[in-house]
Amino acid sequence: MRTIAEPLTTTSALREFLHGLPGVDEVGIKARATALGTRSIKNDSKSWAIDMAIRMVDLTTLEGMDTPGKVRAMCAKALRPDPTDPTAPSVAAVCVYGDMAPVARAVVGDNLHVAAVATAFPSGRASIEVKLRDVRDAVAGGADEIDMVIDRGAFLAGNYGLVHEQIVAVKAACGLAHLKVILETGELRTLDNVRRASWLAMLAGADFIKTSTGKVPVAATPAVTIVMLQAVRDYCALTGSQIGVKPAGGIRTSKDAIKYLVLVKETAGEAWLTPDLFRFGASTLLNDLLMQRQRMAVGHYSGPDYVTID
Amino acid sequence: MNDRVAVRKTYKLFIGGAFPRSESGRTYGVHDAKEKFLANAAKGSRKDARDAALAARAGFAGWSAATAYNRGQVLYRVAEVMEGRREQFIADVQAAEGLGDKKSARVVDTSIDRLVWYAGWADKYAQVLGNTNPVAGPYFNFAIPEPTGVVAAIAPQDSSLLGLVSVIAPIVVTGNTVVVVASTRRPIPAITLTEVLATADLPPGVVNVLTGDPAEIAPWLASHGDVNAIDLTGVTNQDLAKQLEIEAAGTVKRVRRPAQPNWLATPDLGRLTFFIETKTVWHPIGA
Repeated sequence: MRTIAEPLTTTSALREFLHGLPGVDEVGIKARATALGTRSIKNDSKSWAIDMAIRMVDLTTLEGMDTPGKVRAMCAKALRPDPTDPTAPSVAAVCVYGDMAPVARAVVGDNLHVAAVATAFPSGRASIEVKLRDVRDAVAGGADEIDMVIDRGAFLAGNYGLVHEQIVAVKAACGLAHLKVILETGELRTLDNVRRASWLAMLAGADFIKTSTGKVPVAATPAVTIVMLQAVRDYCALTGSQIGVKPAGGIRTSKDAIKYLVLVKETAGEAWLTPDLFRFGASTLLNDLLMQRQRMAVGHYSGPDYVTID
Repeated sequence: MNDRVAVRKTYKLFIGGAFPRSESGRTYGVHDAKEKFLANAAKGSRKDARDAALAARAGFAGWSAATAYNRGQVLYRVAEVMEGRREQFIADVQAAEGLGDKKSARVVDTSIDRLVWYAGWADKYAQVLGNTNPVAGPYFNFAIPEPTGVVAAIAPQDSSLLGLVSVIAPIVVTGNTVVVVASTRRPIPAITLTEVLATADLPPGVVNVLTGDPAEIAPWLASHGDVNAIDLTGVTNQDLAKQLEIEAAGTVKRVRRPAQPNWLATPDLGRLTFFIETKTVWHPIGA
């Protein structure tokens, strides 16, 4: 891995660096993801993994039909996912649209993070002024994590300088809030692009890189997550700072979640197995984790009648 | 003369309209009534039972909301396709149960007729089992039969086709979905039936067929939180039946006790009635 001699900000400097990254062996990555997915997880590890996965969930509702009541109900669930079992841990954060951040903050207080999506989520098609205003609104509303989307059009057109500049500006507008940068990998077409976008986001100051908005057909996949985990691992080796990863969208079962935890351990290392550095963006995943947790506690299979409907 | 290489068969499970191998990867040998080897069948595990219950739950919403007329048509279609494969069923039943030509033909014909019989009830049982109830107040009071939900069933061990059909038809005709564990020693007719079900307009997940050992699979279905009722018809071991009833009590399931009726006799509505819930609606009439 090369070193970063000078700050990379211009399109040409970024292009030289990003296109100098080693290419991704797509077939190899997919084979590795499949191989790691077949690992057998025994009961003790499984119950540890389920609790860890619950603690890593960003419980999400990002619908046009979200109401304050729905957000409040979700926040109550985030604080105490399984009312029948006080030993069930809370999730990491709730993730809502910016205008719902005050509603969420009022319920969760200082107990959980409140993540808000901003910057013209999910398309990112708006002027930078609008995006920054969106971010400031969400931060003022009590969000302490901002999930921004990159301008995929600019990225695919090769205008890396613009993407970089926007991330830097949003990071500045965030103030103390953590910045998660959504790459929308389903629209980046290739794993090479995923690797480049990951580096671009980290160079611009992202605290987390996130796969997807959940609004396009292809969301988080194990292969994409491996590429991103490799990027944060290499970035840490180069600069010493640890960036988090958040796969989002399409992770619905405990089995999938546990497979992702295996990927984290085997790719980035155990240091990333913490809610500070790895999150799941999900809504239905939590119920499945709770059902598996109940299954391990009571010894028989549970069902959707025994968890809350969200 | 006959120099064809034998086509050796290893059958699979039937879950959610697909034919997966057992999650455990296990199979067991199936022999005919004279202990001659017939084929390999999948040996279902608790995880297959879990997958089947999940598929049955997924299939329940659509199937229970389908019109009674449509459910009747689908069951009739199953009977039609069975009729087309009558010779195969007769051969299967003959091999499995060691019956003579006439007896096995009678068993298959009765199985097909039984499906038609229940298909006919699809849009009629509600008139018989539902009611408008006289009440002492200004209300219309309706009692309406609704399906119980996901039903697990242990198919009869001896009557491998007729018994199986007689167990699952009354469960699904009212809109329930079923996870059925086929006869352990005689699973081939059940497996042939799954090939019929897969091509007979039956939506995925309505009938899921596991092969294997009920003593291994049934306890997981009996205790499963997302199974609403269990039919123990084919449980021959009294201790196991008792254990299953205890397991089922943990999640307040309906339990139908083991039974060995004469399957050739025309049934009554007992089985159909067992797996419905009566919803009572009070509707004000003013005045």
